[in-house]
Amino acid sequence: MSTKDYLDGEYKYGFYTDIETEDFPKGINEDIVRLISKKKNEPQWLLDYRLKAFKYWLTLTPPSWAHLNFPDIDFQNIYYHAAPKPKQKLESIDDVDPELIATFEKLGIPLTEQKRISGVAVDAVFDSVSVGTTHQKELEEIGVIFCSISEAIEKYPELIKKYLGTVVPHTDNFYAALNSAVFSDGSFVYIPKGVKCPIDLSTYFRINAKETGQFERTLVVADVDSYVNYLEGCTAPERPENQLHAAIVELIALDNAEIKYSTVQNWYAGNKEGKGGIYNFVTKRGNCEGINSKISWTQVEAGSAITWKYPSCILKGDNSQGKFFSVALTNNHMQADTGTKMIHIGKNTKSTIISKGISADKSSNVYRGLVKINPSATNARNYSQCDSMLVGDQCGANTYPYIDVKNDTATVEHEATTSKINEDQLFYLQSRGLDMEKCISIIVSGFCSDVFKELPLEFSVEAVKLIEMKLENSVG
Amino acid sequence: MIEIKNLHAKVEGNEILKGIELTINPGEIHAIMGPNGSGKSTLAKVIAGHPSYEVTAGEINFDINGKMVSILEQEPYERAKEGIFLGFQYPIEIPGVNNVGFLREAFNSICTHQGAKGMDQKEFKEFLKPKLELLEIDDSFLDRSVNEGFSGGEKKKNEILQMVVLNPKLSILDETDSGLDSDALKIVAKGVNSLKSKYTSTILVTHYQRLLNYIQPDFIHVLHDGKIIKSGGKELALELEAKGYDWLIK
Repeated sequence: MSTKDYLDGEYKYGFYTDIETEDFPKGINEDIVRLISKKKNEPQWLLDYRLKAFKYWLTLTPPSWAHLNFPDIDFQNIYYHAAPKPKQKLESIDDVDPELIATFEKLGIPLTEQKRISGVAVDAVFDSVSVGTTHQKELEEIGVIFCSISEAIEKYPELIKKYLGTVVPHTDNFYAALNSAVFSDGSFVYIPKGVKCPIDLSTYFRINAKETGQFERTLVVADVDSYVNYLEGCTAPERPENQLHAAIVELIALDNAEIKYSTVQNWYAGNKEGKGGIYNFVTKRGNCEGINSKISWTQVEAGSAITWKYPSCILKGDNSQGKFFSVALTNNHMQADTGTKMIHIGKNTKSTIISKGISADKSSNVYRGLVKINPSATNARNYSQCDSMLVGDQCGANTYPYIDVKNDTATVEHEATTSKINEDQLFYLQSRGLDMEKCISIIVSGFCSDVFKELPLEFSVEAVKLIEMKLENSVG
Repeated sequence: MIEIKNLHAKVEGNEILKGIELTINPGEIHAIMGPNGSGKSTLAKVIAGHPSYEVTAGEINFDINGKMVSILEQEPYERAKEGIFLGFQYPIEIPGVNNVGFLREAFNSICTHQGAKGMDQKEFKEFLKPKLELLEIDDSFLDRSVNEGFSGGEKKKNEILQMVVLNPKLSILDETDSGLDSDALKIVAKGVNSLKSKYTSTILVTHYQRLLNYIQPDFIHVLHDGKIIKSGGKELALELEAKGYDWLIK
């Protein structure tokens, strides 16, 4: 039996929930933007922001510099808003449609009081809306705000107005402009001064409706001396058509604050022939605004037909630190072009990049990263390590590290390796009584261990399982 | 334990084994000796099921639950679960994979197959203790990545540790003695001797007579050009040491 036979993992989360939704008409125009804003009872300034972004978006063309191959997206053939129809006004999470509760339970995310996981608060987003957030009361008591961004716009307009779009402006790129015009739900987190958030916060994104784009928006603000650990997971049904996901995540860390942001991305990746799957065009960026602030991105990208994603850090505050830990696994016909940008502005700023790309079958996996040391960034330091692993001989891996140093006190190190799972490693492990599947997953997990150890424990277990599942033999 | 009949095998089109005949009974230790390129390592790998080697003729039958069963169609891991262990001449590095975690995974996989209960982390640690002492291995050895950055001697010790833990019915050691100093050699021998029982068998593939000072084989076979050309008792090793192989090869 060959290595290849074991690589066709089946997607466990490909089911569809048949639930009544309210869709807007297909396509995008100014009316749709107004409609989205109206639906959410937004203030005028936000509608103006959306319209400004929409007008700007109209002047742009999709970026083509990435190492990705796909037909043009017809932006008029997408629904820009889909929401499960509420049966009644929701007072608490226990009023949420049982069908939705059941869906999230099936995904391993129990929401109801009795069943939910202690120690992790969850905001569950279904298509364009948040259907519920757990642990809100306990968090409120210590001043932590954790709710859907729609709720935050209503309840905390000053905070939103102060921070929204400050890290990723609507002019940032094509998909950021689109998101700024039509963004739906996502999560908002505010950690007040001096508070170390005692539980992990997480958002679970589920795309369900057909031909619908998901444009979530997440904003995390960590005030002076605060700390938060935030986790994010995503899945979608199996469909023969491609679906667009264009999110924006903005993080802001003030003086001495620390944000850890971890993602396990398992959107539907398309079938073995490369049909269907999510187009994942995401702009994630964190601003280390304050002195001594820290932001770390940890991502396990194992889904999506296309991944275009560069979680980045702007290291503005003196002594601030940015970290990026990434595992990107592609199989079948998946394509990933992912990496990070570390922009050093403040003095003594430090960044670390650890990227592990695994490509199997006919997939393509690209690391693209920028380390930029501005003239002001005296004594900046960066360490980058980008490793690729090839499984089989039809896949590809590329590394594009861009380094731009404008201050000669900087220290920038870059290391890169490419390796293959070889027959000798497989035979060695097999001869110790482990089957082929297990051997491959052991080798791959070992390869990723530097990144996995950055994840919170439950997430790290999930990530190992996810990688195992992705590499699993579909015939079982 | 194992019977090998008229075994022919090739790799990349070259026939290496050309009719091996070998029967090993439970409790026996056999040494396979011979000049470079005679097919010793190939024989070891073929028994363990290395996918690069193609068996073109012959049989390998192994004792599974008291019956001699052909294992030629079995995957390497299936053979391992039935109790065949191959100690590698060049142990492979598996970066990032915790040594003790891997060892427990292998142990539990084999235990489960043989109907025994696996062990949790704590039990396994206790279970390992006397084995580490026997082989004079430091605890810190366990937390490193499998063979990564190990010295040649450490790698060989790790093989012997795996063997002692997995407690195979048939251990095949492929030139485990090469590159070891005499202290390390003694430790390897201790490991092998600790497994000796009337139910287990060992095949020592070796170049030198040296190892046989510490492990007493019951039989010695000389391999040349893919065939066993001479078999004898342990005194044959001394004769080979004194006379080399030339007198056997015409």
